[in-house]
Amino acid sequence: MSIDKDTAARVAKLARIKVEEDALPALAEEFNTILGFIEQLNEVDVEGVEPMTSVTPQKLKRRVDVVSDGDQQDKVLANAPDAREGFFAVPKVVE
Amino acid sequence: MTDLNKLTLADARDKLRAKEITSVELTESCLAAVEKSGELNAFVHNTPEIALTQAKAADARLAEGDAPAMCGLPIGVKDLFCTKGVPSQAASRILEGFLPEYESTVTQNLFDAGSVMLGKLNMDEFAMGSSNETSVYGNAVNPWRRGNDDAKLTPGGSSGGSAAAVAADICLAATGTDTGGSIRQPAAFTGIVGIKPTYGRCSRWGVVAFASSLDQAGPMTKSVRDAAIMLEAMAGHDAKDSTSAELAVPNFEAMLTGDIKGKKIGIPKEYRMDGMPAEIVKLWEDGTAMLKAAGAEIVDISLPHTKYALPAYYVIAPAEASSNLARYDGVRYGHRATLAQGDGITEMYEKTRAEGFGHEVKNRVMIGTYVLSAGFYDAYYNRARRVRALIKKDFDDVFAAGVDAILTPATPSAAFGLGEMNDADPVKMYLNDVFTVTVNLAGLPGISVPTGMDSQGLPLGLQLIGRPWEEGDLLNTAYALENAAGFVAKPSQWW
Repeated sequence: MSIDKDTAARVAKLARIKVEEDALPALAEEFNTILGFIEQLNEVDVEGVEPMTSVTPQKLKRRVDVVSDGDQQDKVLANAPDAREGFFAVPKVVE
Repeated sequence: MTDLNKLTLADARDKLRAKEITSVELTESCLAAVEKSGELNAFVHNTPEIALTQAKAADARLAEGDAPAMCGLPIGVKDLFCTKGVPSQAASRILEGFLPEYESTVTQNLFDAGSVMLGKLNMDEFAMGSSNETSVYGNAVNPWRRGNDDAKLTPGGSSGGSAAAVAADICLAATGTDTGGSIRQPAAFTGIVGIKPTYGRCSRWGVVAFASSLDQAGPMTKSVRDAAIMLEAMAGHDAKDSTSAELAVPNFEAMLTGDIKGKKIGIPKEYRMDGMPAEIVKLWEDGTAMLKAAGAEIVDISLPHTKYALPAYYVIAPAEASSNLARYDGVRYGHRATLAQGDGITEMYEKTRAEGFGHEVKNRVMIGTYVLSAGFYDAYYNRARRVRALIKKDFDDVFAAGVDAILTPATPSAAFGLGEMNDADPVKMYLNDVFTVTVNLAGLPGISVPTGMDSQGLPLGLQLIGRPWEEGDLLNTAYALENAAGFVAKPSQWW
């Protein structure tokens, strides 16, 4: 499996990270080095082995579905790059 | 008394309780050491006012005879922990200016136990790295040097600032976190002790997430006894972390008897890598002999899937990171890129993340995105999780056969020079974690103990791996190894 420039661009887009056109070949090359390393996993016989979901044998705990926190609008917004009138402000989303 | 900053947690605790010193004196000694440590670049956000306030409160508690485990003891906190009102950036530009409105459970536990916070410590960005060279703050520097050579060496990573600060006696101890070796490798590179507890022992709440199924916090200290004291203070069930174990935390320090007679110590043949340096081979053999002389039974064991641990890790960790780091979008906290006329929300995400993340973080997020993307999820992500199950089974089998702990080298080499790996491909850097990463994948406790030096005068460490939830027994075996090795060397102060 080899990653080309177009695949690298597609992955960058999926990850929402802007990568300049001229940086794509080097990025694709780095991906290929790492994926080449990962390819070793194909040597392992995993027939009948369940993918691990939890490393300790525990069930996720349930809790009562009630409001346990809230009324902290000022704290929630305190670190926002742009907060206005009690909301997070972002550039226009819909044309 | 001078040089109070050079005390261990245990010695400082005893002197505080005996009223020989005060926490304010001890804290001022450490703050002076912080001031002088600029060249190490270990402390990146200093909190002297918080430290002195906490020290005064600790002295008041000590005067009343109400002294909890860490009362009045000055520590450093890795920048990955959210600390209320204090910059908590995970060494990333994308969290520049972020001031948490809350306290991580681990730091809260430490404060409840009376700890004094001197400041925040350098690390690799989002804990992704093995040399502290991916930090937005610049490199942390190892206080150790190769003989008289003044070339700057890495303290390891990702908890590089924590390791450098403890080794240089700037603080008595520090918090670290370990996703693939980030406590144990820097501990080995700087001649200190570092333990990654069983997954679920310490709450992850308020710790900036890298790979949630692997991340664990732990102490980095000057001795095994200190590790026992501090781990007990950090650990415990927390309803805010659904993977936190509902188990009582034992008195780890009380379990340090040094008696390991009859304990079965496994030596895994797969860890004897091709081309392993002779010094590491000897270190490992010497450590084996020490445990044997202390009365342990040495057995050869096999962990057949060891070779596949790093490749599995480099699927699982980036996959989880790509998901965890999706939250850094320039909307709720941290950096937001300056936008051009007409830019919409997608451009804002893409520019913000391109500016805010460093090279290594971007690459891992994108690798993670790739292995989780449609068409590759089964081939990469699910296969890696299957291999992970086999790696864990290797350990389960060995423990079921009666092995109490496993002895391995902590790292494949001593600390290397900063910049030395710049031209190497990323996989070469990943190999730093070859002996430690299996432990994260299996969720086990692992501890690094300094036991020797290389020919250039740099510290080397061995790793002990224990049964799940048996940190007490593991610490006791580490204590026996520490006693036998008698490692007391310190870096000579050049900074």
